[in-house]
Amino acid sequence: MAYPANFKYTKDHEWIEVSGDRGKVGITDYAQQQLGDVVYIDLPEVGARVKAGQSFGTIESVKAVSELYAPLAGEVVEVNTSLKDKPEAVNKDPHANWMIVIKMSEPAAAASLLDASQYADLVK
Amino acid sequence: MVAFGGWDMPVEYSGIVSEHMAVRERAGIFDVSHMGEIEIAGKNALEAVQRISCNDASRLAVGQAQYSGLLTPEGTFVDDLLVYRLAAQHFLLVVNASHIVTDYTYIAEHIQTAGDAVAVDASSRYALLAVQGPRALEVLQPLTGVDLASLKYYWFAHGEVANVRATISRTGYTGEDGFEIFAPPQSADRLWLAILEAGRPVDLVPCGLGARDTLRLEAAMRLHGNDIDQTTSALEADLGWIVGWKKDDFIGASVLRQQKAAGVTRKIVGFELLDRGIARQGYDIYADDVRVGVVTSGTQTPYLKKSIGMGYVPLTLIDPGTEFDIDIRGRRVRAQVVPMPFYKRKK
Repeated sequence: MAYPANFKYTKDHEWIEVSGDRGKVGITDYAQQQLGDVVYIDLPEVGARVKAGQSFGTIESVKAVSELYAPLAGEVVEVNTSLKDKPEAVNKDPHANWMIVIKMSEPAAAASLLDASQYADLVK
Repeated sequence: MVAFGGWDMPVEYSGIVSEHMAVRERAGIFDVSHMGEIEIAGKNALEAVQRISCNDASRLAVGQAQYSGLLTPEGTFVDDLLVYRLAAQHFLLVVNASHIVTDYTYIAEHIQTAGDAVAVDASSRYALLAVQGPRALEVLQPLTGVDLASLKYYWFAHGEVANVRATISRTGYTGEDGFEIFAPPQSADRLWLAILEAGRPVDLVPCGLGARDTLRLEAAMRLHGNDIDQTTSALEADLGWIVGWKKDDFIGASVLRQQKAAGVTRKIVGFELLDRGIARQGYDIYADDVRVGVVTSGTQTPYLKKSIGMGYVPLTLIDPGTEFDIDIRGRRVRAQVVPMPFYKRKK
Protein backbone atom coordinates (compact mmCIF):
# COMPACT_ATOMS: atom_id res chain seq x y z
CA MET A 1 0.00 0.00 0.00
CA ALA A 2 1.45 3.38 -1.01
CA TYR A 3 1.98 6.12 1.59
CA PRO A 4 -0.04 9.20 0.53
CA ALA A 5 2.22 12.09 -0.46
CA ASN A 6 -0.02 14.69 1.19
CA PHE A 7 0.39 13.08 4.67
CA LYS A 8 3.17 13.60 7.19
CA TYR A 9 4.46 10.67 9.26
CA THR A 10 6.03 9.88 12.63
CA LYS A 11 8.65 7.31 13.56
CA ASP A 12 5.93 5.79 15.78
CA HIS A 13 3.93 4.95 12.64
CA GLU A 14 1.14 7.53 12.83
CA TRP A 15 0.16 9.74 9.90
CA ILE A 16 -1.31 13.23 9.96
CA GLU A 17 -3.12 14.98 7.15
CA VAL A 18 -2.74 18.71 7.71
CA SER A 19 -5.29 21.17 6.43
CA GLY A 20 -4.95 24.71 7.81
CA ASP A 21 -4.68 24.39 11.59
CA ARG A 22 -6.41 20.99 11.62
CA GLY A 23 -4.67 17.63 11.42
CA LYS A 24 -6.41 14.30 10.85
CA VAL A 25 -4.52 11.47 12.57
CA GLY A 26 -4.37 7.71 11.92
CA ILE A 27 -1.91 4.83 11.89
CA THR A 28 0.07 3.69 8.88
CA ASP A 29 -0.31 0.57 6.81
CA TYR A 30 2.99 -0.66 8.25
CA ALA A 31 1.60 -0.23 11.79
CA GLN A 32 -1.58 -2.17 11.06
CA GLN A 33 0.42 -4.98 9.47
CA GLN A 34 2.62 -5.23 12.55
CA LEU A 35 -0.38 -5.17 14.89
CA GLY A 36 -2.43 -7.70 13.00
CA ASP A 37 -6.15 -8.02 13.62
CA VAL A 38 -7.33 -4.96 15.54
CA VAL A 39 -10.14 -5.61 18.03
CA TYR A 40 -10.36 -2.48 20.17
CA ILE A 41 -9.40 1.18 19.89
CA ASP A 42 -9.57 3.47 22.89
CA LEU A 43 -9.74 7.13 21.83
CA PRO A 44 -9.85 10.37 23.84
CA GLU A 45 -12.89 12.64 24.24
CA VAL A 46 -13.38 15.75 22.15
CA GLY A 47 -11.70 18.60 24.02
CA ALA A 48 -8.76 16.55 25.29
CA ARG A 49 -5.32 18.21 24.99
CA VAL A 50 -2.58 16.15 23.37
CA LYS A 51 1.16 16.70 23.26
CA ALA A 52 3.51 15.78 20.44
CA GLY A 53 4.95 12.29 20.96
CA GLN A 54 2.62 11.49 23.84
CA SER A 55 -0.08 8.86 24.03
CA PHE A 56 -3.60 9.86 23.05
CA GLY A 57 -5.11 6.37 23.20
CA THR A 58 -4.51 2.67 22.82
CA ILE A 59 -5.03 0.17 20.05
CA GLU A 60 -5.46 -3.50 20.80
CA SER A 61 -4.98 -6.40 18.41
CA VAL A 62 -5.24 -10.13 19.03
CA LYS A 63 -1.45 -10.06 19.43
CA ALA A 64 -0.84 -7.06 21.67
CA VAL A 65 -1.84 -3.68 23.10
CA SER A 66 -0.04 -0.59 21.77
CA GLU A 67 -0.11 3.13 22.51
CA LEU A 68 -1.24 5.67 19.94
CA TYR A 69 1.05 8.73 19.83
CA ALA A 70 0.04 12.24 18.80
CA PRO A 71 2.20 13.52 15.93
CA LEU A 72 1.68 17.15 17.01
CA ALA A 73 0.32 19.10 19.98
CA GLY A 74 -3.14 20.58 20.17
CA GLU A 75 -6.76 19.96 21.10
CA VAL A 76 -8.86 17.02 19.96
CA VAL A 77 -11.80 18.50 18.02
CA GLU A 78 -13.20 15.36 16.40
CA VAL A 79 -13.12 11.64 17.22
CA ASN A 80 -13.94 8.89 14.75
CA THR A 81 -16.48 7.08 16.93
CA SER A 82 -17.32 4.59 14.16
CA LEU A 83 -14.07 2.79 15.05
CA LYS A 84 -15.58 1.76 18.39
CA ASP A 85 -17.79 -0.79 16.65
CA LYS A 86 -15.66 -1.35 13.57
CA PRO A 87 -12.03 -1.30 14.74
CA GLU A 88 -11.11 -3.79 12.00
CA ALA A 89 -11.62 -0.96 9.47
CA VAL A 90 -8.09 0.16 10.41
CA ASN A 91 -6.73 -3.10 9.02
CA LYS A 92 -8.67 -2.79 5.79
CA ASP A 93 -7.85 0.84 4.98
CA PRO A 94 -5.49 2.41 7.53
CA HIS A 95 -4.93 5.60 5.54
CA ALA A 96 -8.65 6.37 5.18
CA ASN A 97 -9.77 5.46 8.69
CA TRP A 98 -8.58 8.39 10.76
CA MET A 99 -8.88 8.34 14.55
CA ILE A 100 -8.87 11.93 15.75
CA VAL A 101 -8.69 15.47 14.38
CA ILE A 102 -6.33 17.78 16.23
CA LYS A 103 -6.61 21.56 16.21
CA MET A 104 -2.87 22.14 16.21
CA SER A 105 -1.38 24.70 18.57
CA GLU A 106 1.67 25.01 16.33
CA PRO A 107 0.81 23.96 12.75
CA ALA A 108 4.30 24.90 11.50
CA ALA A 109 5.75 22.01 13.53
CA ALA A 110 4.36 19.64 10.89
CA ALA A 111 7.36 20.52 8.75
CA SER A 112 9.59 18.57 11.15
CA LEU A 113 7.71 15.28 10.55
CA LEU A 114 8.69 12.70 7.93
CA ASP A 115 7.35 12.97 4.42
CA ALA A 116 6.02 9.94 2.54
CA SER A 117 9.30 8.92 0.93
CA GLN A 118 11.25 9.32 4.18
CA TYR A 119 8.65 7.21 5.97
CA ALA A 120 8.68 4.58 3.23
CA ASP A 121 12.46 4.35 3.68
CA LEU A 122 12.06 3.98 7.43
CA VAL A 123 9.85 0.91 7.17
CA LYS A 124 11.58 -0.64 4.15
CA MET B 1 9.59 -14.37 15.05
CA VAL B 2 9.71 -14.64 18.83
CA ALA B 3 11.96 -16.46 21.25
CA PHE B 4 10.03 -19.36 22.76
CA GLY B 5 11.55 -21.95 25.07
CA GLY B 6 14.93 -21.62 23.40
CA TRP B 7 13.48 -21.67 19.88
CA ASP B 8 12.82 -18.92 17.38
CA MET B 9 9.22 -19.37 16.36
CA PRO B 10 6.86 -17.51 14.05
CA VAL B 11 3.85 -15.89 15.74
CA GLU B 12 2.08 -15.95 12.40
CA TYR B 13 2.64 -16.70 8.73
CA SER B 14 -0.33 -15.15 6.91
CA GLY B 15 -2.17 -13.76 9.98
CA ILE B 16 -3.59 -15.21 13.19
CA VAL B 17 -7.23 -14.91 12.11
CA SER B 18 -6.80 -16.46 8.66
CA GLU B 19 -4.66 -19.30 10.06
CA HIS B 20 -7.21 -19.93 12.81
CA MET B 21 -10.07 -20.06 10.31
CA ALA B 22 -8.11 -22.38 8.02
CA VAL B 23 -7.80 -24.92 10.85
CA ARG B 24 -11.50 -24.67 11.76
CA GLU B 25 -12.68 -24.94 8.16
CA ARG B 26 -9.94 -26.77 6.21
CA ALA B 27 -6.48 -27.63 7.50
CA GLY B 28 -3.31 -26.10 8.86
CA ILE B 29 0.19 -27.33 9.65
CA PHE B 30 2.20 -26.36 12.74
CA ASP B 31 5.87 -27.01 13.41
CA VAL B 32 5.79 -27.89 17.11
CA SER B 33 9.23 -29.46 17.23
CA HIS B 34 9.97 -27.28 20.26
CA MET B 35 7.91 -29.70 22.37
CA GLY B 36 10.05 -31.97 24.56
CA GLU B 37 10.11 -35.77 24.49
CA ILE B 38 11.13 -37.77 27.52
CA GLU B 39 11.20 -41.55 27.29
CA ILE B 40 10.89 -43.89 30.23
CA ALA B 41 11.81 -47.54 29.77
CA GLY B 42 12.82 -50.56 31.86
CA LYS B 43 11.20 -53.55 33.55
CA ASN B 44 9.31 -51.23 35.93
CA ALA B 45 8.60 -48.38 33.52
CA LEU B 46 4.86 -48.53 34.20
CA GLU B 47 5.39 -48.16 37.96
CA ALA B 48 7.71 -45.22 37.27
CA VAL B 49 5.15 -43.47 35.07
CA GLN B 50 2.38 -44.21 37.57
CA ARG B 51 4.44 -42.49 40.26
CA ILE B 52 5.18 -39.26 38.40
CA SER B 53 2.14 -38.85 36.13
CA CYS B 54 -1.23 -38.18 37.78
CA ASN B 55 -3.38 -39.99 35.21
CA ASP B 56 -3.66 -43.79 35.26
CA ALA B 57 -1.20 -45.13 32.68
CA SER B 58 -2.24 -48.73 33.39
CA ARG B 59 -5.40 -47.98 31.44
CA LEU B 60 -3.38 -47.31 28.29
CA ALA B 61 -3.07 -50.04 25.68
CA VAL B 62 0.12 -50.10 23.63
CA GLY B 63 -0.58 -47.58 20.86
CA GLN B 64 -2.70 -45.31 23.03
CA ALA B 65 -2.04 -41.90 24.60
CA GLN B 66 -3.51 -39.84 27.44
CA TYR B 67 -3.40 -36.29 28.76
CA SER B 68 -1.88 -36.01 32.22
CA GLY B 69 -0.04 -33.84 34.71
CA LEU B 70 3.36 -33.86 36.31
CA LEU B 71 2.41 -32.66 39.78
CA THR B 72 4.07 -31.31 42.88
CA PRO B 73 3.31 -32.95 46.26
CA GLU B 74 0.70 -30.15 46.64
CA GLY B 75 -1.17 -31.44 43.58
CA THR B 76 -0.15 -28.42 41.48
CA PHE B 77 1.43 -28.48 38.03
CA VAL B 78 5.14 -28.78 37.36
CA ASP B 79 3.93 -29.30 33.79
CA ASP B 80 1.18 -30.94 31.77
CA LEU B 81 1.98 -33.63 29.26
CA LEU B 82 0.84 -36.40 26.96
CA VAL B 83 1.78 -39.95 27.89
CA TYR B 84 2.20 -42.39 24.98
CA ARG B 85 2.48 -46.11 25.63
CA LEU B 86 5.03 -47.26 23.04
CA ALA B 87 5.36 -50.77 24.49
CA ALA B 88 4.26 -52.49 27.69
CA GLN B 89 7.23 -51.03 29.57
CA HIS B 90 8.24 -48.13 27.33
CA PHE B 91 6.56 -44.72 27.50
CA LEU B 92 7.02 -41.43 25.68
CA LEU B 93 6.10 -38.24 27.52
CA VAL B 94 5.55 -35.11 25.46
CA VAL B 95 6.18 -32.01 27.58
CA ASN B 96 6.32 -28.25 27.17
CA ALA B 97 9.48 -26.84 25.58
CA SER B 98 10.30 -24.42 28.35
CA HIS B 99 10.16 -27.15 31.01
CA ILE B 100 12.18 -29.95 29.42
CA VAL B 101 15.10 -29.67 31.83
CA THR B 102 12.92 -29.08 34.92
CA ASP B 103 10.65 -31.99 34.02
CA TYR B 104 13.50 -34.35 33.22
CA THR B 105 15.28 -33.56 36.48
CA TYR B 106 12.05 -33.96 38.45
CA ILE B 107 11.20 -37.24 36.74
CA ALA B 108 14.69 -38.71 37.07
CA GLU B 109 14.69 -37.91 40.78
CA HIS B 110 11.25 -39.35 41.49
CA ILE B 111 11.49 -42.60 39.57
CA GLN B 112 14.56 -43.77 41.46
CA THR B 113 12.42 -45.66 43.96
CA ALA B 114 10.17 -47.19 41.29
CA GLY B 115 12.58 -50.01 40.44
CA ASP B 116 14.16 -50.79 37.09
CA ALA B 117 13.33 -47.76 34.94
CA VAL B 118 15.35 -45.04 33.29
CA ALA B 119 14.32 -41.69 31.88
CA VAL B 120 15.99 -40.26 28.79
CA ASP B 121 15.59 -36.76 27.43
CA ALA B 122 15.04 -37.66 23.77
CA SER B 123 13.87 -34.19 22.69
CA SER B 124 16.61 -33.73 20.11
CA ARG B 125 15.63 -36.99 18.40
CA TYR B 126 12.14 -35.84 17.45
CA ALA B 127 10.73 -33.19 15.18
CA LEU B 128 6.97 -32.80 15.61
CA LEU B 129 4.55 -31.53 12.98
CA ALA B 130 0.85 -31.09 13.70
CA VAL B 131 -1.64 -31.26 10.85
CA GLN B 132 -4.98 -30.06 12.14
CA GLY B 133 -8.43 -29.41 10.73
CA PRO B 134 -11.47 -31.22 9.33
CA ARG B 135 -9.56 -32.01 6.11
CA ALA B 136 -6.30 -33.09 7.79
CA LEU B 137 -7.01 -36.77 7.16
CA GLU B 138 -7.68 -36.17 3.48
CA VAL B 139 -4.38 -34.29 3.17
CA LEU B 140 -2.25 -36.88 4.96
CA GLN B 141 -3.75 -40.16 3.79
CA PRO B 142 -2.15 -40.15 0.32
CA LEU B 143 1.27 -39.70 1.97
CA THR B 144 1.13 -42.73 4.24
CA GLY B 145 0.33 -46.45 4.31
CA VAL B 146 -1.14 -46.13 7.79
CA ASP B 147 -4.94 -46.30 7.63
CA LEU B 148 -5.70 -42.98 9.27
CA ALA B 149 -9.48 -43.40 9.35
CA SER B 150 -9.12 -46.43 11.61
CA LEU B 151 -6.80 -44.57 13.98
CA LYS B 152 -8.98 -43.51 16.89
CA TYR B 153 -8.73 -40.24 18.82
CA TYR B 154 -5.73 -40.43 21.18
CA TRP B 155 -4.26 -43.51 19.48
CA PHE B 156 -1.07 -43.63 17.41
CA ALA B 157 0.68 -45.85 14.87
CA HIS B 158 4.16 -46.22 13.42
CA GLY B 159 4.78 -46.02 9.70
CA GLU B 160 6.05 -43.71 7.03
CA VAL B 161 4.79 -40.32 5.93
CA ALA B 162 6.16 -39.04 2.60
CA ASN B 163 8.81 -41.79 2.84
CA VAL B 164 9.94 -40.51 6.22
CA ARG B 165 9.88 -42.91 9.19
CA ALA B 166 7.30 -41.48 11.58
CA THR B 167 4.91 -42.03 14.43
CA ILE B 168 1.45 -40.65 13.67
CA SER B 169 -0.82 -39.76 16.53
CA ARG B 170 -4.44 -38.64 16.33
CA THR B 171 -4.00 -35.80 18.79
CA GLY B 172 -3.71 -32.03 18.74
CA TYR B 173 -4.03 -28.75 20.57
CA THR B 174 -6.69 -27.07 18.47
CA GLY B 175 -10.02 -28.69 19.35
CA GLU B 176 -10.17 -29.97 15.79
CA ASP B 177 -9.61 -33.39 14.28
CA GLY B 178 -6.01 -33.86 13.27
CA PHE B 179 -2.71 -35.64 13.60
CA GLU B 180 0.68 -35.07 15.15
CA ILE B 181 3.66 -36.59 13.39
CA PHE B 182 6.90 -37.45 15.18
CA ALA B 183 9.78 -37.71 12.72
CA PRO B 184 13.58 -37.58 12.68
CA PRO B 185 14.69 -33.91 12.69
CA GLN B 186 16.92 -34.36 9.62
CA SER B 187 13.82 -35.28 7.58
CA ALA B 188 11.47 -32.69 9.05
CA ASP B 189 11.88 -30.09 6.29
CA ARG B 190 11.18 -32.70 3.60
CA LEU B 191 8.09 -33.83 5.49
CA TRP B 192 6.90 -30.25 6.01
CA LEU B 193 7.22 -29.48 2.28
CA ALA B 194 5.52 -32.73 1.26
CA ILE B 195 2.53 -31.96 3.51
CA LEU B 196 2.32 -28.36 2.26
CA GLU B 197 2.27 -29.72 -1.29
CA ALA B 198 -0.32 -32.41 -0.50
CA GLY B 199 -2.42 -29.78 1.25
CA ARG B 200 -2.56 -27.45 -1.70
CA PRO B 201 -5.92 -28.72 -3.08
CA VAL B 202 -7.64 -27.98 0.26
CA ASP B 203 -5.71 -24.73 0.80
CA LEU B 204 -3.84 -25.96 3.89
CA VAL B 205 -1.80 -23.14 5.42
CA PRO B 206 1.22 -23.01 7.74
CA CYS B 207 0.22 -21.74 11.20
CA GLY B 208 2.23 -20.03 13.93
CA LEU B 209 2.14 -19.72 17.71
CA GLY B 210 -0.56 -17.05 17.59
CA ALA B 211 -3.18 -19.29 16.01
CA ARG B 212 -2.05 -22.20 18.16
CA ASP B 213 -2.95 -20.08 21.19
CA THR B 214 -6.32 -18.80 19.92
CA LEU B 215 -7.33 -22.31 18.76
CA ARG B 216 -6.44 -24.03 22.02
CA LEU B 217 -8.19 -21.32 24.00
CA GLU B 218 -11.42 -21.64 21.99
CA ALA B 219 -11.23 -25.36 22.80
CA ALA B 220 -10.56 -24.45 26.48
CA MET B 221 -7.36 -26.46 26.55
CA ARG B 222 -5.18 -25.32 29.46
CA LEU B 223 -1.81 -23.73 28.78
CA HIS B 224 0.90 -24.33 31.37
CA GLY B 225 2.33 -20.99 32.49
CA ASN B 226 -1.07 -19.37 31.99
CA ASP B 227 -3.99 -21.48 33.18
CA ILE B 228 -2.10 -24.03 35.21
CA ASP B 229 1.17 -23.78 37.10
CA GLN B 230 2.76 -24.57 40.45
CA THR B 231 0.11 -22.48 42.26
CA THR B 232 -2.98 -24.19 40.82
CA SER B 233 -4.11 -27.69 41.69
CA ALA B 234 -5.54 -30.19 39.23
CA LEU B 235 -8.96 -29.84 40.90
CA GLU B 236 -8.91 -26.05 40.89
CA ALA B 237 -8.06 -26.28 37.18
CA ASP B 238 -11.14 -28.51 36.75
CA LEU B 239 -8.90 -31.33 35.56
CA GLY B 240 -10.11 -33.98 37.99
CA TRP B 241 -10.68 -36.21 34.95
CA ILE B 242 -6.93 -36.60 34.42
CA VAL B 243 -6.37 -37.77 37.98
CA GLY B 244 -6.14 -41.55 38.43
CA TRP B 245 -8.17 -41.66 41.64
CA LYS B 246 -8.06 -45.47 41.76
CA LYS B 247 -4.27 -45.64 41.49
CA ASP B 248 -1.93 -46.26 44.39
CA ASP B 249 0.25 -43.45 45.56
CA PHE B 250 1.52 -40.86 43.10
CA ILE B 251 3.00 -37.40 43.60
CA GLY B 252 0.25 -35.06 44.74
CA ALA B 253 -2.25 -37.85 45.50
CA SER B 254 -2.82 -37.20 49.20
CA VAL B 255 -3.43 -33.45 48.81
CA LEU B 256 -5.74 -34.02 45.84
CA ARG B 257 -7.71 -36.67 47.77
CA GLN B 258 -8.13 -34.22 50.66
CA GLN B 259 -9.22 -31.47 48.25
CA LYS B 260 -11.66 -33.83 46.60
CA ALA B 261 -13.23 -34.72 49.95
CA ALA B 262 -13.25 -31.20 51.40
CA GLY B 263 -13.78 -29.27 48.17
CA VAL B 264 -11.66 -26.47 46.72
CA THR B 265 -12.28 -22.76 47.38
CA ARG B 266 -11.71 -21.48 43.84
CA LYS B 267 -11.97 -22.88 40.37
CA ILE B 268 -11.14 -22.04 36.79
CA VAL B 269 -14.05 -20.74 34.70
CA GLY B 270 -14.55 -19.71 31.14
CA PHE B 271 -15.96 -16.26 30.51
CA GLU B 272 -17.12 -14.06 27.69
CA LEU B 273 -16.72 -10.27 27.74
CA LEU B 274 -19.98 -8.38 27.31
CA ASP B 275 -18.17 -5.37 25.84
CA ARG B 276 -15.17 -4.86 23.54
CA GLY B 277 -11.59 -5.57 24.58
CA ILE B 278 -9.38 -8.49 25.49
CA ALA B 279 -8.98 -9.69 29.06
CA ARG B 280 -5.34 -10.74 29.09
CA GLN B 281 -3.31 -12.87 31.48
CA GLY B 282 -2.86 -11.21 34.88
CA TYR B 283 -5.83 -8.82 34.69
CA ASP B 284 -7.82 -8.69 37.92
CA ILE B 285 -11.37 -9.97 38.33
CA TYR B 286 -13.71 -7.97 40.55
CA ALA B 287 -17.09 -8.71 42.12
CA ASP B 288 -18.77 -5.66 43.67
CA ASP B 289 -15.47 -3.77 43.64
CA VAL B 290 -13.66 -6.49 45.56
CA ARG B 291 -10.76 -8.20 43.82
CA VAL B 292 -11.74 -11.87 43.75
CA GLY B 293 -9.61 -13.48 41.07
CA VAL B 294 -7.34 -13.22 38.09
CA VAL B 295 -7.47 -13.86 34.36
CA THR B 296 -5.12 -16.60 33.13
CA SER B 297 -5.79 -16.47 29.36
CA GLY B 298 -7.85 -14.29 27.09
CA THR B 299 -8.28 -13.53 23.44
CA GLN B 300 -10.63 -12.36 20.76
CA THR B 301 -11.62 -15.60 19.08
CA PRO B 302 -11.57 -15.54 15.32
CA TYR B 303 -14.13 -18.32 14.82
CA LEU B 304 -16.70 -17.52 17.52
CA LYS B 305 -15.97 -13.81 17.12
CA LYS B 306 -16.22 -13.24 20.84
CA SER B 307 -13.82 -12.04 23.47
CA ILE B 308 -13.27 -15.02 25.75
CA GLY B 309 -10.96 -16.07 28.51
CA MET B 310 -10.30 -18.23 31.53
CA GLY B 311 -9.58 -17.26 35.09
CA TYR B 312 -9.78 -18.39 38.70
CA VAL B 313 -12.72 -17.22 40.83
CA PRO B 314 -14.35 -18.23 44.14
CA LEU B 315 -16.98 -20.99 43.98
CA THR B 316 -19.79 -18.43 44.35
CA LEU B 317 -18.95 -17.12 40.88
CA ILE B 318 -18.52 -20.29 38.83
CA ASP B 319 -22.05 -20.96 37.58
CA PRO B 320 -22.74 -20.15 33.92
CA GLY B 321 -24.57 -16.83 33.66
CA THR B 322 -22.81 -15.33 36.69
CA GLU B 323 -21.33 -11.91 35.95
CA PHE B 324 -18.23 -10.14 37.22
CA ASP B 325 -15.97 -7.27 36.16
CA ILE B 326 -12.49 -7.44 34.71
CA ASP B 327 -10.09 -4.54 35.03
CA ILE B 328 -8.68 -3.94 31.56
CA ARG B 329 -5.97 -1.34 32.04
CA GLY B 330 -8.14 0.79 34.31
CA ARG B 331 -11.42 0.18 32.49
CA ARG B 332 -13.95 -2.18 34.11
CA VAL B 333 -15.51 -4.52 31.57
CA ARG B 334 -18.40 -6.81 32.40
CA ALA B 335 -17.91 -10.54 31.82
CA GLN B 336 -20.23 -13.50 32.04
CA VAL B 337 -19.36 -17.08 32.96
CA VAL B 338 -20.01 -19.50 30.08
CA PRO B 339 -19.64 -23.28 29.86
CA MET B 340 -16.35 -24.65 28.53
CA PRO B 341 -15.20 -25.55 25.97
CA PHE B 342 -16.14 -22.37 24.15
CA TYR B 343 -15.89 -24.26 20.86
CA LYS B 344 -16.73 -27.88 20.25
CA ARG B 345 -16.38 -29.44 16.84
CA LYS B 346 -19.27 -31.33 15.29
CA LYS B 347 -18.61 -35.05 15.30
